[in-house]
Amino acid sequence: MNTTLTPTKMNQRHFDVDAVRRDFPILERHVHGHPLVYLDNAATTQKPQAVIDAIVDYYTSTNANIHRGVHQLSVDATLLHDNARAQVKSFLNAGDVAEIIFVRGATEGINLVANTFGRQHVGPGDEVLITAMEHHSNIVPWQVLCEQQGATLRVVPMDDCGQLRWDDFERLVSERTKLVAVSHVSNALGTVNPVREIVELSHRHGAVVIVDGAQAAAHTTVDVQELGCDFYVISGHKLYGPTGIGVLYGKRELLEAMPPYQTGGDMISSVTFERTTYNSLPNKFEAGTPDIAGAIGLGAAIDYLGQFDWPAVCDHEDELLEYATDALSTIDGLRIIGTASEKKAVLSFVLDGAHPHDIGTILDHQGIAVRTGHHCAQPVMERFGIPATTRLSLGLYNTREDIDAAVRAIAKVKEMFRC
Amino acid sequence: MLDDELRELYQDVILDHQQDPRNFGVLENTTHHAEGFNPLCGDRIRIELDMDGDRIRQVSFTGAGCAISTASASLMTEALTGKTRAEAEAVSQDFRDLVTGKLRDTEDSETVDTSRLGKLCVLAGVQQFPVRVKCATLAWHTLEAALNEKKQAPISTE
Repeated sequence: MNTTLTPTKMNQRHFDVDAVRRDFPILERHVHGHPLVYLDNAATTQKPQAVIDAIVDYYTSTNANIHRGVHQLSVDATLLHDNARAQVKSFLNAGDVAEIIFVRGATEGINLVANTFGRQHVGPGDEVLITAMEHHSNIVPWQVLCEQQGATLRVVPMDDCGQLRWDDFERLVSERTKLVAVSHVSNALGTVNPVREIVELSHRHGAVVIVDGAQAAAHTTVDVQELGCDFYVISGHKLYGPTGIGVLYGKRELLEAMPPYQTGGDMISSVTFERTTYNSLPNKFEAGTPDIAGAIGLGAAIDYLGQFDWPAVCDHEDELLEYATDALSTIDGLRIIGTASEKKAVLSFVLDGAHPHDIGTILDHQGIAVRTGHHCAQPVMERFGIPATTRLSLGLYNTREDIDAAVRAIAKVKEMFRC
Repeated sequence: MLDDELRELYQDVILDHQQDPRNFGVLENTTHHAEGFNPLCGDRIRIELDMDGDRIRQVSFTGAGCAISTASASLMTEALTGKTRAEAEAVSQDFRDLVTGKLRDTEDSETVDTSRLGKLCVLAGVQQFPVRVKCATLAWHTLEAALNEKKQAPISTE
């Protein structure tokens, strides 16, 4: 194995990872006596001080319900909330703020579409097409929908590298396909799917496309207009923002025609006991008092990320993934699961003689946080004939030193398990 | 160097049973069986029993799991061969108390009553790793299901 590492692309554009690390207070922490090495970013990312401050500031100085009071605090809170929506709109390059629906996370976004658009447009004999690499959150809602509607769920297989089999996709998509649900980036394998091509082909057959962007948004540029997708969902907490907030982007004409998901306050324009008229977008899909602080926190995260040259951030992570892939490839008995030609930020592996759960415990004792298990993608594990993997997943604050620490800890696993 | 807690968890006996599990395989004559699943880590186990009336003539397991769950299952089969149902259930209770840290009757761990557990005490280190308790108890939960012939669905730690 060639251990010479390729020269870094990191310095080609300006990205000061040391400065970035200082923005994330949790990275100062020690775990089991070791400095924290956080490599579980696909589960959730850490939060910069700017996000923490935005939430604290909101509750300290502005807290009020939105869209209601004439009083100053309510006006200020409404402005902050609206501003967060505008930031998300720019971040995803949506055409209109009305197309940005705040939800709890990507999961709720998918469920919203399944329960509204899905029930309206998917009927007996119709098909919903997903891929073999989906997270459970992009499988189960479609399974349930198909059961309810008498439709069929079809799954596009992947190859041994964890890439979508394009021939099979072409074969499976048809006039019967009403909906195509696909992850932008696989959370278990890191595979980047050819979303633009998927959208193009699906649209030719009249199918609507929803993209699960939970694992993509923090690691690549997302431009929903350029992708052409009909729906796109993200989770704030995987984008350096708080938990409990996410976004459903939907094309305006589709959202307009969809029935509401939940009903209650804020989503109505008038209510009598005889009849209710629904509010206009985006409020129609946001019943009840929303997670105001969460939206503001997400806006702050987008603001925080906005200070960087985004391609430089992506280069930094891509270079680090390459460094980690090279470093782990030199370890005897280690097999990387997911070797697609285009990958982002995720490195899953199995090690002969040591179970991922044991690897996770030993790494944790060196202060290294990784995810072990099936990553909510049991069909992916079955496809590769393994019960689980250990997954390193990167964020913008990770460094080569983090990878080196993981490699040293894996050596300890091998020492302990004599494998 | 690896720290003491880790060495306590991954003792040689545990690694030995992980690498060379005892009573691993299917029985020729199975009177009772059950399947267990830990959805958190994907571990699956099947326990088979050959009961001679009230007595466990043979017990075996199959499946894939981490070192802790494999060693726990392997040590369990050794400990329970030849035991009556009541004896097996008593050991099972003691074992679960051991790994959840409930077996101590005083602060002084020297006074733990581990008389029924014997070699199973090597798994006491799991106490320090709360997230790994389910790994250690999967085989035991499955054993109880097998003894009670709960055949309806695989038992789950969740």
